[in-house]
Amino acid sequence: MPNLAWSILLVFAPLSLVTIGGGQSAVADMHRQIVDVHHWMTASQFVDAFAISRMAPGPGSLLATLIGWQVAGFWGAVAATVGIFGPTAFLIYGVAHLWSRYEGARWQKALETGLRPVAAGMILAATYVLIQAMDGGWIARSTALVSTALLMLTPVNPIILIGAGAACFMGLHTLALI
Amino acid sequence: MPDATAQRPTPLQLFLIFTRIALTSFGGGLSGWFLREFVQTRKLMSEEEFLNGLAIAQALPGVNVTNMAIWIGYRMAGRNGAIASFLGIIVPPAFLVVAIGSVFASFSKYELSHVALDGAASAAIGLSLAMGLTAARRVPRKLFPLAVMAATFVAIGILQWPTLWTVLGAGSVSVAVAYAGR
Repeated sequence: MPNLAWSILLVFAPLSLVTIGGGQSAVADMHRQIVDVHHWMTASQFVDAFAISRMAPGPGSLLATLIGWQVAGFWGAVAATVGIFGPTAFLIYGVAHLWSRYEGARWQKALETGLRPVAAGMILAATYVLIQAMDGGWIARSTALVSTALLMLTPVNPIILIGAGAACFMGLHTLALI
Repeated sequence: MPDATAQRPTPLQLFLIFTRIALTSFGGGLSGWFLREFVQTRKLMSEEEFLNGLAIAQALPGVNVTNMAIWIGYRMAGRNGAIASFLGIIVPPAFLVVAIGSVFASFSKYELSHVALDGAASAAIGLSLAMGLTAARRVPRKLFPLAVMAATFVAIGILQWPTLWTVLGAGSVSVAVAYAGR
């Protein structure tokens, strides 16, 4: 593996360990490391990579993979992916293992009971931030609410909702309503 | 309770399920897809079991989506299940994002694709919100857990405090109370 790929690995691995509650929290740190510290990309290249990673399906943190690819080709992509997902993958694997091994232990019940309200608050907060940051004003907000209601009340397949959301926005855009 | 122990998915099936979700989840909300797939559609886990895993996956460092995939994979099929799920949620979409990135060197000029993405993302927020509401509905109707949930929401969502410190603070108090209270 070339030296540049090793450097990429060393940049992304620590970012992996400070990522908590969703990959978004690491994007600002990635920007600082990639653009300001190492000058591997310009700010506008970074913004384009970010937009592409939003557009593509799958985990948003694949932004790291795309950056690795653009900076150092195949091995860069491998290094960035391993760096951003690897260390914490081992961590959660170890915890999952401990969980099965000590099923029903008092500390385990306490962790589950104690962390569930925190997790619920985190998910709602992340969703709230997404809604605040959304383009498209009240139409986007209504779409989000209708989609939530359909998901909670009916067995609809999410891909249908997502396709309908995209089609609806394109239609409204064509009619110059948004 | 799910009674599907006999039909637990094999590692290969897990790989394919996560690959399918990874390649169709335009606009985000992947953990919401997992809830849909494993709890509501296939009934392979109870809501309770899923939310316990989600609490751990959220509180530990790492990307939630991969944490949750590994957690589910391990519960379903042990070590190989965890590896297969991790690879399924990462590798196929990694190739796709690189392919898209190679085709479109600059993305800013395709306006209609931005509009389509905004629409997809608006609908996908429903997945996150529905999951958040499901998790909130399952929080015990008692003062302390509800206060912890509200405080976490306000600290991260409104005051924009760093997630790491909020989770460490709220999490350790809440876990300590749960441990002492039994």
